[in-house]
Formats: sequence, structure tokens, C-alpha cells
Amino acid sequence: MIPFWFILITILWIGFFVLEGFDFGVGMLHSAVGRDDTGRRAAINTIGPLWDGNEVWLIVAAAAIFAAFPGWYATMFSAFYLAVVLLLAALIVRGVSFEYRGKRDAPRWRRTWDSLMTLGSLLAPFLIGVTLGDLLYGLPINASQQYTGSFWGLLQPFGVVTGIAFVSICLLHGATFLALKTTGDLRDRARWLARVFAPATGLIVVIWISWTHVIAGHGTLLNPIELATWIAAIAAVWLVFSRAGGWAFAATTVTMAVSVLAIFVDLYPRVMVSSTSSAFSLTVHNTASGHYSLTVMTVVAVVLLPFVLAYQSWTYYVFRRRVGRQDFTGRSPAATARSSPAWNDGRNTGEGSAEPRTDTQRS
Amino acid sequence: MTNVDLARWQFGFTSVNHFLFVPVTIGLAFLTALLQTAWHRSRKDEYLRLTRFFGTLLVINVAIGVVTGLVQEFQFGMNWSAYSRLVGNIFGAPLAMEGLAAFFLESTFLGLWLFGWDKLPRRVHLGTIWAVCLGTILSAAFILAANSWMQHPVGYTLNQAHQPQLTDIWALFTNPVFVWGYAKVLFASLVTGAAVMLAVSAWQLRHGGDAGVFTRSARLALIVLVPAILFAMLVGDELGVIEARYQPMKIAAAEAQWTTCQPCSFSLFQIGGGNNDQTPTQIIAIPHLLSLLATNHWNGKVIGLNPLQAQYSRQFGPGYYVPNVFIQYWSMRVMAYLGGLVFLLGVWGLWLVRRRTLATSRLFLWVAVWASVLPFAMNTAGWLLTESGRQPWIIQGIMLTKNAVSPSVSTADVAISLGAFVVLYGVLGVVDLLLMLKYAREQLPPPRAESDADRPVPAVQY
Repeated sequence: MIPFWFILITILWIGFFVLEGFDFGVGMLHSAVGRDDTGRRAAINTIGPLWDGNEVWLIVAAAAIFAAFPGWYATMFSAFYLAVVLLLAALIVRGVSFEYRGKRDAPRWRRTWDSLMTLGSLLAPFLIGVTLGDLLYGLPINASQQYTGSFWGLLQPFGVVTGIAFVSICLLHGATFLALKTTGDLRDRARWLARVFAPATGLIVVIWISWTHVIAGHGTLLNPIELATWIAAIAAVWLVFSRAGGWAFAATTVTMAVSVLAIFVDLYPRVMVSSTSSAFSLTVHNTASGHYSLTVMTVVAVVLLPFVLAYQSWTYYVFRRRVGRQDFTGRSPAATARSSPAWNDGRNTGEGSAEPRTDTQRS
Repeated sequence: MTNVDLARWQFGFTSVNHFLFVPVTIGLAFLTALLQTAWHRSRKDEYLRLTRFFGTLLVINVAIGVVTGLVQEFQFGMNWSAYSRLVGNIFGAPLAMEGLAAFFLESTFLGLWLFGWDKLPRRVHLGTIWAVCLGTILSAAFILAANSWMQHPVGYTLNQAHQPQLTDIWALFTNPVFVWGYAKVLFASLVTGAAVMLAVSAWQLRHGGDAGVFTRSARLALIVLVPAILFAMLVGDELGVIEARYQPMKIAAAEAQWTTCQPCSFSLFQIGGGNNDQTPTQIIAIPHLLSLLATNHWNGKVIGLNPLQAQYSRQFGPGYYVPNVFIQYWSMRVMAYLGGLVFLLGVWGLWLVRRRTLATSRLFLWVAVWASVLPFAMNTAGWLLTESGRQPWIIQGIMLTKNAVSPSVSTADVAISLGAFVVLYGVLGVVDLLLMLKYAREQLPPPRAESDADRPVPAVQY
């Protein structure tokens, strides 16, 4: 039961980073890809219906740690106290910026929310990356599972590099997502940006995963997951240049997934390494909930998770269509939010559109 | 200020703020779903226009409700790590269930509803708003089951290390404090959502909004409001009886009852009072009323704070076990009196509806606009009564609040985070309020042309 919950939590983190990863990327890149206001709107609307559901993966991952490994939850969130405050500020500002940026027809208003969205989307994956890196590298933790360091003690070189690696993957992942979900000049710029980011991202991931192996791996050979991360990162670079479209996005998805997986595989059975003494490290065993709690939660997760996956997949299917400038011309966001003046203009975005639509299946 | 005080201020501040938005979301999601259902059935254009109008207000609220909810989810580990470590195996379970069963549902289907107007068949699209509504209602259930466990712990045993271990998950959901508390929160949310809808409709009617359309929404709001406030008060009364059984301090403090009484009267007001003044001047004492409220019996006995303090000291060791009497006394009255006002307002409105003069009664419309602040004050007072009344316990009878904080988090850390949250929530609260006011005063979307009736409705875009 205890290993099952560790696996489930790993899956939740992978789900979070794979899905919210491109949301973070789009959040960071929407100004660069969109250039003008219409373009930015189009970029944001590629994730409009999706980002909120994606962010829930983070909440559920945290709640699952709380329920299954209360000791881990307690030590982690109190150790990273100020970092979590920053993370919350980033997520809050970013979350409302989606909703609020279009609610007033003023350029300064929108530019303000755009900047906050970019900043929040950059800060969030960085801080979570630092956190995951620190879990593996080790923090000063004493025999009673308490963190004994300070806020600055959290910014260790390996943690920072992990943070940078995750920001880079999010950027590339967001660029390949935008290339897949937009049309016209937006798509061209997204592809171009993917090519700009790809080599650096590949390099950073390769360096990071090698360092990860040095810190936590066994023997000189990479374990299969570390090796897969290596290969995925290089494959992503190659596919961004050679194939673009769905293949490139698939490659960044895999890179993201195995990167998260590598951290958790190298952690197990530990969940937070103590740099004070390896005897003080938090493990799945010394932080786990009782057997009954885990059994109850297993039943709940096994029953509910398939439904969640089913309706989230369906959402992606419903919003599979590409988004382009033509979907927004002449309609201010504030106007479409209440959809009044252009009410009868509904055909503009409706199924009966005269414009040919490009399907995501293409390319 | 110690670490404990600051952490309590932070939790109180963020929770009260979070719960300004949550009941609006629960209430408006339900009312918007009703409006869309009315459109679906009748095909009358005004219901579609109202759905879109109130849907926008709903979304502005959901955004801030969701992000402030993130803080709630993380704060247990951040500030209350000793508590989380001790009871995560019980308290964490409903929270994880909430995420899996409710948050995913609410967030995913809200995206489908907003952006899916022109992409989903009408029937399916109607289903998405009901799924959002279900998500909000489920979410409240799980978090209240968790909270009720802190008020009245059930379904656990203590292991050898004196740590509570979950033994019966059903007990959490059949906990009487949960059953009645949950009903109370749902009715209070309906009251809040309906009061907001009534206020917006009233403002529109006063300022030349489409009278035909906004009379409909005002009427719908009133039809929901009156039974909801009535049930909220009745359920609240029963909840008082249950809390008097499990948390006698809470109820005794709510009446500032220092000595045991039988039968007990209820004072409408008092001058003075608080933990250091055991003999306040009580004004207009209604005989037997406290006995009725606390025990459901005409001559019921209410044990006073002093005998309870003596009993707790014997049972749990030396310490001060009386909650803040001033907060208890007044939050209970604010909640009850404002509830009465809301009920009277609702009855007045229904009477006008019956006389068909609702849209032209300028006094009522003016009062209805301003009355929308009442449910927010009631909700806040209700949570103060519940949570402050639990003190000094974080888990009634099991763990004291002062022992629950994170040992590794310094007072300075909490001061910084509290400052950051106050600034952030302050700014966002103002932005949210301004946007709500702006969109509440917008004109309705114009009617659609006849020829468009069968066309897909355009989706919402960011």
C-alpha cells in the first residue's frame, strides 16, 4: 500500500508538470508569440479552457501527500515556508490574470496582467523545481523531522539548476504546444521559438540529469529512467528541428514526464533527504499514514481517477481545434466576456464558420 | 505577538477572505444553472441573456475563490505542521477526496461551460454547468467533514504513541456536527448567491435595466432566498443544540453564561462583558430562550463557563479553556439578527412580487442593493462563532492550538507571509469588487435575432 501511494503521488506530479507545464510555457511566451494584443489573446485562449483543470493536479498532489504521508507534507511545507508563500503569490497572480486581463478595455490594464502572467508563469515552475531538487539533494533535517536551515539554505546549486531545468522544459513544452494549437504567424513564431529554446533546453536537461545521477544514482551507469531523460531531451531537440508539430510536442511531453519520474525514482524510498544525517532522512515508511487510511484512499483514488482522466481527455478533444487571429478580430475581450455587441456575430467563432479550420491532427 | 498568534491571524484572515467568495460561487453556480435550465426548457431568450450575465459574475468570483483556496490547501503544512503530522492520516483524507472528486470536476467543467457554448450540443452544455454546481457542493462537503472532525473528533482510536488513527471513514460523514453544519453552509451559500442576484437585479431595475428580464431574475432570487434563509436559521438552531452537546464552552460563551442556569434566558444585548467581566449588564433578557436554543427543551440546563473551566482543568490539566467570550457573544447575535433582517427583506420582496409591484417599488430596490452585504457579514460571523469557539483547542479535546504550529517556522517568517497575504488579498479584493460592480452594472446582452435562435451561442473567450 505504501509503495502504491508513492507511485500514485509520482503520477500526480507527472500529470501536473506535463499538463500545467505547457500552461506555464504559454504564460511565459504569450507576449513573445502574440506580439500584439490580438495575438496575445489568441495565445492565451489556447489554454483558456484547460489551465484551471490542469492546476488541480498540483492541489491533488499536495493533498495526496497530506493524506498518505503526513510527515512528508508537514516537513516539506514548513521547511519551504517562504518559498511556498512566493509560489502561492505567483500562482494567485497568474490565475486571476487569465480571468481579469480581458475584463477591462484598457491597454495598460491588459499589459499589467500580461506582465504578471509572464512573471507568475516563470516563478512557479522555478520554485517547484527548486523544491523537488532540494528534496533529492538534501536539506538540514534533524532527528524529529524538522528543518533546521533558513530560507537562503533552500537555494542550493542543485536545487537552482533543477528549477532552471524545469523552467526550460516548460518553455520548450509551451512553444511546441503553441505551434500545435495556433495558426498563421503565431504558429510560425512558436515554431521559431521552439527551435531557439531547444538546444539550450536539451543541454540543461542533460547536465541536470547527469548531476542528478551523481547525487542520487547508484554506480557509474545511469538507471533506465535517467537514461530515458537523457534520450528524451536529445530526441526533443532533434524532433523540434526535423518534424515539429505533434512529434515535437510528444517529445517535450515525454521529456517532462521522465524528468519528474527520474527525481521520484532516485528519491525512493526516501521522500526528503536529510543532509544532517542519512538516518534522519524522511522515507515513505517513517512518514506514512496508517494502513486503514491508505486503504480508504486507495479505493477512492482507484474509483475516481479514471473518471477524472476520462473527462479531462474529453475536454482536450472538445477544444482540439487550433486558435488563430481570425477568431478574435474586432471583438474586444471585455466585449466577448459579456458577449454583447457582437452577439449576433456568433458565427465568427461558431461551427458554421466560413473560414477553413485547421485540425490539430494536421502536421 | 507570538508565532501562534500570527499564524492564527493568518489562518483567520485567509479563511475569512476565502469564504467571502466561496458562498457566492456555490450560490451563483446553482442559480446560473437554474437560469440556463429555464432557457433550455422554455427557449425564451431572456433566460439565455440572464445566464450569460450572471455567468460572468460567477466566473469573476470563481477565479479568486480558486486561487485563495490554494492557500488554504497549503497552509496546514506551512503553519500547522505539528497538527498536520499528528492527524494528516484523518484530516488529509477528506482533503484529498475533495481534490479528486470536487476540484477536478469544478475546474474542468467550468472551462467546458465557458468555452464550450458553440462546441457542445445544448443538452451537454447544460450538463456542464450542473457539473460545476455539483463540484462546488461536493467540495464544501469534504472540507466541512474535515472541519467538523476538529470540532467533534470521531472515527478514530489512539495508538500506543497517543496519536489518533483513522478507523472509520464513514464516521466523518455521519458526524452530526458535519451533517448539520454542511446543511447550514449550503443554505447560507444559497442565501448569499440569491442576495447577490437580487441586489444586481434591483440595481438594474432602479437604473433603467430591462425591467421584463430583471424582474424575472429578482423573482427567482427571492423564491430561493426566503426558504434558504428560513432553513439556514432552523438548521443553525439545531446545530447549536449539537454543539452545546459536544462543545459546551462554545455555547456557554455565546451567551456569556458564566454560571450554570436552568432554565436559561437569552439577552438581546449586553453592555460590557468579555473574559474579564463576568457581570455585564444584560438588556432585555428573554426567559427560556437560551434553554430552547441550546437544548431544545423549555427548561433545559446550560452549564456555565466557570464550572466548565473547573471540569476541563481536572480532565486535561491546568490551563485556561474559555474561548473569547466577546467574539462568541456578538458573532452569534450578528449572525442571528442579520439573518432575521434578510428574512424580512425576502418576505417583503415576495409580497411585492405577489402584488406585481416589485419593479417599481424604489424603496425596496434601494434596500435590496445594500442588503447584499448582510450575508457576507453573517457568513463571517458564523465562522468566527464556530472557529473562535473551538479555542483553545485545534482539535476539541485532543490537541491545543498552541501545540499545533510549525516548530521550524519563525515568528518573522509568519509576519512576512501575513504581510504579503494582506497586501495581495487587499489588492485582489479591490480588483474583484470593482470588476463585480462594473459587470453588475453592464447592460444585458441584447436579444438575439429570430434567425439566430438556432445558431450556436458564441463561446466566452479570454
